[in-house]
Amino acid sequence: MLRVLHRWVALPAAAVLVVVSLSGVALSLFPPLQAEGPSSLSVGELTSQVVQALPGTTRIERSTNGEITAIGFGDNGFMQTGIDPATGALLGPTTPSATELWIETLHRQLFTGDPGRIVVALSSLALLALAVSGIGLAVRRAGGWAALFRPARGRGAGRWHLWFGRLALPVVMLSTLTALWMSAATFGLVPDNPAVPPMPAASGAAARDAALLPGLDVPVSELIGLDLPRQGDPAGAYLLETYQGVGNVDPGTGDVTGWVPRSLSDRIMDWVHLLHTGQGAAWLGLILGLGTLGVPVLAGTGTLVWLTGRGRRQSAPPETARTVLLVGSEGGTTWRFARTAAEAIEAATGAPVHVGPLSSYAPDRYPQAERMVIFAATYGDGDAPASAKGFLDRLKTTPAPQMPFAILGFGDRGFDAFCAYAETIRKAALEAGWRELAPPGSVDRQSSGDFHRWGEAFSAATGLDLRLGPVETGETSETLTLLSRDDHGDEVQAPVSILRFALPRRGLWRRSLDRLLNRGFGSFAPGDLLGIVPRGDDRPRYYSLASSARDGFVEIVVRRMPGGLCSGQLTALQPGESVAAFVRANPAFHAGPGTSPLILIGAGAGIGPLAGFVRDNHRRRPIHLYFGNRSRQSDFLYRDDLARWQDEGRLNSAAAVFSRGPERGYVQDALRADGPRIAELVASGARIMVCGGREMAQGVGRALSEILAPLAIDPVALKREGRYVEDVF
Amino acid sequence: MRPLLATLALTTALTAPSLAGATEVTLKTQLRNYGGKPAFLAYYVTDQTGAYVGTLWMAASKARYIPDLTDWYRYSGGDMNEISGITGASVGSGRTLTVTLDLADTLFDAGYTLHIDAAVEHYPASPSEIVLPLTREGASKPVSGRGYIESFSYAM
Repeated sequence: MLRVLHRWVALPAAAVLVVVSLSGVALSLFPPLQAEGPSSLSVGELTSQVVQALPGTTRIERSTNGEITAIGFGDNGFMQTGIDPATGALLGPTTPSATELWIETLHRQLFTGDPGRIVVALSSLALLALAVSGIGLAVRRAGGWAALFRPARGRGAGRWHLWFGRLALPVVMLSTLTALWMSAATFGLVPDNPAVPPMPAASGAAARDAALLPGLDVPVSELIGLDLPRQGDPAGAYLLETYQGVGNVDPGTGDVTGWVPRSLSDRIMDWVHLLHTGQGAAWLGLILGLGTLGVPVLAGTGTLVWLTGRGRRQSAPPETARTVLLVGSEGGTTWRFARTAAEAIEAATGAPVHVGPLSSYAPDRYPQAERMVIFAATYGDGDAPASAKGFLDRLKTTPAPQMPFAILGFGDRGFDAFCAYAETIRKAALEAGWRELAPPGSVDRQSSGDFHRWGEAFSAATGLDLRLGPVETGETSETLTLLSRDDHGDEVQAPVSILRFALPRRGLWRRSLDRLLNRGFGSFAPGDLLGIVPRGDDRPRYYSLASSARDGFVEIVVRRMPGGLCSGQLTALQPGESVAAFVRANPAFHAGPGTSPLILIGAGAGIGPLAGFVRDNHRRRPIHLYFGNRSRQSDFLYRDDLARWQDEGRLNSAAAVFSRGPERGYVQDALRADGPRIAELVASGARIMVCGGREMAQGVGRALSEILAPLAIDPVALKREGRYVEDVF
Repeated sequence: MRPLLATLALTTALTAPSLAGATEVTLKTQLRNYGGKPAFLAYYVTDQTGAYVGTLWMAASKARYIPDLTDWYRYSGGDMNEISGITGASVGSGRTLTVTLDLADTLFDAGYTLHIDAAVEHYPASPSEIVLPLTREGASKPVSGRGYIESFSYAM
């Protein structure tokens, strides 16, 4: 519902909002250029000086920027003369900036008068609706208010949209609310009748020097405008308007008559004007201008999000769905299974199915729902995946739903924690009194056989005739040609190769689009996964990438497993031969932005992405590498590169340990030996990234617990914050 | 004051048939080529004590900017009832406005003064740009304004 509102408000308003915001940014540059310094003169002193120099002056004005202008009428119409606020001296003739006026007219009414004003006001209203619905969507996506203030996860346009959205939000809210107030005033919806004192009765006293009139003894900074008595008009009086009010000042006695205090609506408008334009607070205006730049960026990224999402089948809104399918997924694979299941359930029940992230769960969002199906992947050692943040807490704190649920876990049987998160959910749900609809299932490494077996069990338990179609892989493989291979480890019976492929050849348009959408071979980073489907099987194998798209090649490290189908085929490749592959994002294992130190720990082929992080470290962020292999002579991967990167300052320290030979040791031994330094780095905000075999990762985990114990830092807490991540195989 | 104002209001109704004691008066206002947006103009009368009597005509396409006719706004207290039925379009730069009204004979040679306020969006306001005693002798004698009005005359 919120998403639909967000999209359908944004699409028609985007073009106008881009014009209005860009013109607003341009206007924000004027106040700093125009702002005048303070003045120590009184209005009377200033007037006395101006009138001496320009006897024909009929009005003196002070702009909200502090510029003083004397206005008079001569033979050729009106004349405006700039006045130095500090001294009252003439600065010469001024004309209003035509450029500023032009931009202002565009900004306020798109050059079309009242219809334009209405369009601009409606687009401001739209922007307000977008800000509010955007907050709602962001909270739901992050899984809670607190999570909003953490770094944005995910990738591509959506990530940028969220990032800029949060940054621009305060400015957008301020600018929009003030704009709406001004629009309302323009259209007479808020009281805006200027109060004026009645025409004065003349005192008859001879006019005196303005500098001596007590009624004009107010600071120039308070002045809005002063109308001077007409020359030779005995009934004339000064009409003084200040931020306090407006009244007549008798030119003979200096008495103030008919004083009308500034009305509340005028005072509100003074503030609204200041907050919207930055006139009178140029620094604020610049901040507003900068924040307003976010609007075109948001329009662009939002359009991209919409374009990328458009191809996907639409899910029913939660309010009308009869079946609710919630997904906990880290990379996105589980979503593809969910979409296949949703289609089958919709076909079997003839009723709408809502598919959403587990983090969006709220028991009162599904008034029509009859059943809930949960697809849950496991992240790391049984942790919640990204799209399930906050789900377990909500499950425990909210009443059990009326509808029964069924759960299907996704994982990898190679791990001890196979489908552990799905099992955690199931236990918690049953404890909370949820009713189970069908027996739980599990899918091992995206096995379509497992998936269809679950479908049959679900059909048997529910009586629905669920016919699961094939699962879209969603990834189209491209052809990669091997450029070079660097073989190691034959002597220690652990052959491992660094394989470097050329980037697939693609047209400029496709390349740019991929880069913009942050997808595929247009934009990958070390730690992302290269999916390769071996000949003779339809299940992809994933290898961590050791290069980034910027490097201009695709590099992976492959250990040849005894009897391994995919690793066998890959390690048999000769330069010039090719393989079909695709990129799968793995944002959880990116080095990420930031300047905090990285502690990289790996063993064997796990050195691949770690070497990639170092190679990609153009900003010279402190990196400390610990890695283990078998033999210094035989499988010291990236030996020469590491030395060079250290010379270039991309790598601060590298500690290599070998399990064979005189120095014998494992990577965890190197960690323990360096314990105090590691503890110090972690205490100063360092991030730990571990890549390699599962046993190594467990050993490293134990070593880190010991090292961090004296500091009372819990590795589990670090993991939760994303400061301790693992890529384990 | 009120009886005279009532007479004035009655006699300034453009569609009203000619009344006894009323004269047809044509107000002709030629604007300068000041180059801006169309000008707002207010025509109103004060008496010999300087007090406001009533409004003859208002050229103002948008009620929103009428307060920019500052003297008129102050004299009349901003009362929009004063101008209902006697309002026309704003007058473009360099253009001429001609308005014909039936005015009470008693307005002439009796110490009454005609004021014209002018205002242009984004430009300085020009209140009481023309201040002219209403006399039969002054008819058809053009006077010029100091801001936006090139020349003004009334003919009887």
